Amino acid sequence: MMKLDARAIQDIALGAAVLGTGGGGDPTLGRLMAQQAVAQYGPVSLLSLDELADEEWVIPTAMMGAPTVLVEKIPSGNEVIEAFQMIERHLQCQATATMSIEAGGVNSMIPLVVAATLRIPVLDADGMGRAFPELQMVTPTLHGVAATPMVVADEKGNQVLLQTPDNRWTERLARTATIAMGCSACIALYAMQGHFAKRALIPGTLSLAAQIGQTLRTSKQTDPIQALTSLLAGRQLCQGKITDVQRRTEGGFARGEVEITGAGPDAGQTFRLSFQNENLVFWRGDRPEVTVPDLLSVVDEQTGLPITTEALRYGLRIAVLAFPCHAQWRTPEGIALVGPRYFGYDIDYVPLRG
Amino acid sequence: MSLSAVEPTNQAEQARRRDRSFRLGIDVGGTHTDAVILDTTDRIIASTKAPTTSDITTGIVQALQDVLAASQLPPDTIACAMLGTTHCTNAVVTRRELNSVGVIRLGAPATRAVEPLLTWPPDLKRVVGVRHAILPGGHEYNGEPLSELDEKEVRRTARTFKGHVHAVAVTGVFSSVNAVHELRVREIVREELGADIPVSLSSEIGSVSLLERENATVLNAALMRVAQRAMKGFERAVRRLNIPATLFLGQNDGSLMSLDYAVQYPIFTIASGPANSIRGAAALSQLRDAIVVDIGGTTTDIGVLYKGFPRESQLAVEIGGVATNFRMPDLISIGLGGGSRVHPEAAICVGPDSVGYQLQAEARVFGGSQLTATDLAVAAGRIQLGNPGRVHALPKTTLDQGLDYIRHTLEDYIDRVKLSADPVPVVAVGGGNILFPDTLRGVSEIIRPEQAGVANAIGVAIAQVSGTVDSVFSLEKLSRTEALDQATALAHERAIAAGAVPDKVEVLDLEEVPLAYLPGNAVRIKVKAVGSLRTV
Repeated sequence: MMKLDARAIQDIALGAAVLGTGGGGDPTLGRLMAQQAVAQYGPVSLLSLDELADEEWVIPTAMMGAPTVLVEKIPSGNEVIEAFQMIERHLQCQATATMSIEAGGVNSMIPLVVAATLRIPVLDADGMGRAFPELQMVTPTLHGVAATPMVVADEKGNQVLLQTPDNRWTERLARTATIAMGCSACIALYAMQGHFAKRALIPGTLSLAAQIGQTLRTSKQTDPIQALTSLLAGRQLCQGKITDVQRRTEGGFARGEVEITGAGPDAGQTFRLSFQNENLVFWRGDRPEVTVPDLLSVVDEQTGLPITTEALRYGLRIAVLAFPCHAQWRTPEGIALVGPRYFGYDIDYVPLRG
Repeated sequence: MSLSAVEPTNQAEQARRRDRSFRLGIDVGGTHTDAVILDTTDRIIASTKAPTTSDITTGIVQALQDVLAASQLPPDTIACAMLGTTHCTNAVVTRRELNSVGVIRLGAPATRAVEPLLTWPPDLKRVVGVRHAILPGGHEYNGEPLSELDEKEVRRTARTFKGHVHAVAVTGVFSSVNAVHELRVREIVREELGADIPVSLSSEIGSVSLLERENATVLNAALMRVAQRAMKGFERAVRRLNIPATLFLGQNDGSLMSLDYAVQYPIFTIASGPANSIRGAAALSQLRDAIVVDIGGTTTDIGVLYKGFPRESQLAVEIGGVATNFRMPDLISIGLGGGSRVHPEAAICVGPDSVGYQLQAEARVFGGSQLTATDLAVAAGRIQLGNPGRVHALPKTTLDQGLDYIRHTLEDYIDRVKLSADPVPVVAVGGGNILFPDTLRGVSEIIRPEQAGVANAIGVAIAQVSGTVDSVFSLEKLSRTEALDQATALAHERAIAAGAVPDKVEVLDLEEVPLAYLPGNAVRIKVKAVGSLRTV
């Protein structure tokens, strides 16, 4: 069983930011939480999906709320444990492991805090293989599983247990509770047993994130972007300079468009990237070339380090990389849940070819 | 005959000298301590350069004497003396003369997942961060208490600090929204430890983001002793020369603060040098919006002049290995300067290594063996220096490619700090501005002011006083307009506290950002108010 120490955590935080496709928040705070927990309680074991027995339980843990609040009102580290344990009590089970629901700066790290503190392993899988903005946008939804029972917990000792008829209600009530708790809360949800997890989850996400981080760390002197695209079976869509960034806030989400003027082999071409927290559509001229749910990552043209959508600004020298999403997202149900039309783009999803 | 011709000028001159409204600016740099005296119209009366000394203060005293002598003004005509100094930066970098700080964070049980000073370099933490505690207190984003302040616990903690700390730093969750807990803790700490132990409050230092604000507040507390010594030294030096001037310190946003204020907020002097250089470039070029390129011997600093002040960095800035979030000038520093070595390999490049202060011995035109950027400028006929004959034999391809490299590097980095593709004016200051070509892509005009060598000292001498606010406002009980009014009033208040004339404070900049993922009931407001100096 692989052990995750402080350096592995650093690699995972960096790799998860690549898989976070511009969203998932700044990875620094999550990484510091995980590193403090590991320093205090020891390294975390990584459990592969096939090591989880069919009847064993896994309970994912995460954070919900405004990133601006999270970096000010840092968690106690205890509320997420309480959320996890309340699900256990409710289901009358003892979970074997916790896991992350999405790959991204903060939510790849929170389960490591839980795992270190409770001395349980973290499952090497997640429910997105990337980051998405809404609670129901996970592969278990495709298998008819609801998010509830779900617990929303804060540092003051409040815990709210939700049981809802559908994920629309879950999202609505969980958000209301989060706001009342001060706009940042810890959550535990989508509890499932091994037999189901093996069908419904995306395997290997944490070890992949660790590999991405390690690749970026060790290929600084060579060609980190080349190393990244070959590791993820993806390709570079363009390189160039950001020449314009338009932003607007719609329904609590940060939406916007980035204009990229090509350089090097792409000189003379103009590209566009549309985002809503995460990068959603890449346009070559007026033609949509790659769309959600395939992964679109903006990285520094030299270091290959990922750049979040909040940090995009005029003058940055970048490359846009595309990686294929997990096969589960490419089904009609997957496209309906997280395809370009769900995000308001009147275009069809065309799978990325390697 | 000659007397009557001279007399009127002398009278005018004497009247001018009795004017008592001259301003004296001193800027401490890495190698030189520059000084200028300006009149009320910002005309330069005298400017001097003295070597920076290892204790800094000796160099300041020398600069004061030199510039006063050069101006031939009586000491009592100097109304204000302004100092931009590196005392605090040096103290952090060398880890010397720093206070040990008792760190109190208010927010428990929240925030325990990341302890204070977790990311500090161990050597700095050993010196500064000996004791810390996370206690109940702090607020939510909307200003409601997160947990009640436990005064007994604050008292008990303060007592454990007794005899172990020189200063205390207090950081409460969302103290930028509601600072009452921080203020109360300051009172309690004073009762327990006495008024001699200074207490820094995070609400007075940084913006939203707890860890970076806490870091900045702890550094501020750590710097209070060195700042106090530096300012006493400055005051003594000025008074010894019988200069009755009101004294000010340069801040890193390009404005000034009074000495009393500076003793409480020494961290604001960090990076005041580049800020002053940008302000000086503004004064010399008469521009309010431009890019300022300061080319020295080893490095080039590129900053942005925005509405007459340095544009602030949006990112966390590291000081001595510690991430902080208080306002700092947005700068790019690149390894290109007058002393940069030219590497004439297949793909020619210039820098980032430099002969530095040995330019006068090592450059070819000065008889040395190193081909430097200065040699290229001489070979291209941009300037007459040393013996140009020593670079006549330079292959044309080396010269052309070397100059191209410098041009492209400057174009590239200027483009990186721009906010849009529109051409902008560039002000070139610093001793290395001979490296500047006559035109650059993306640049509307290149201005090379005559007194560019002392731009920093000019910048500190013409600085204004500012007050800033960067805080989250809940719109549950306030209207948007009321929130903006509150923020603006607070910025005014702070500008006046820093030494501005009360009725002449204006809002320079106001920015409003709604918080993402929140249903529109909270907004982050940044205000900067600026006023002119109050002198006695």
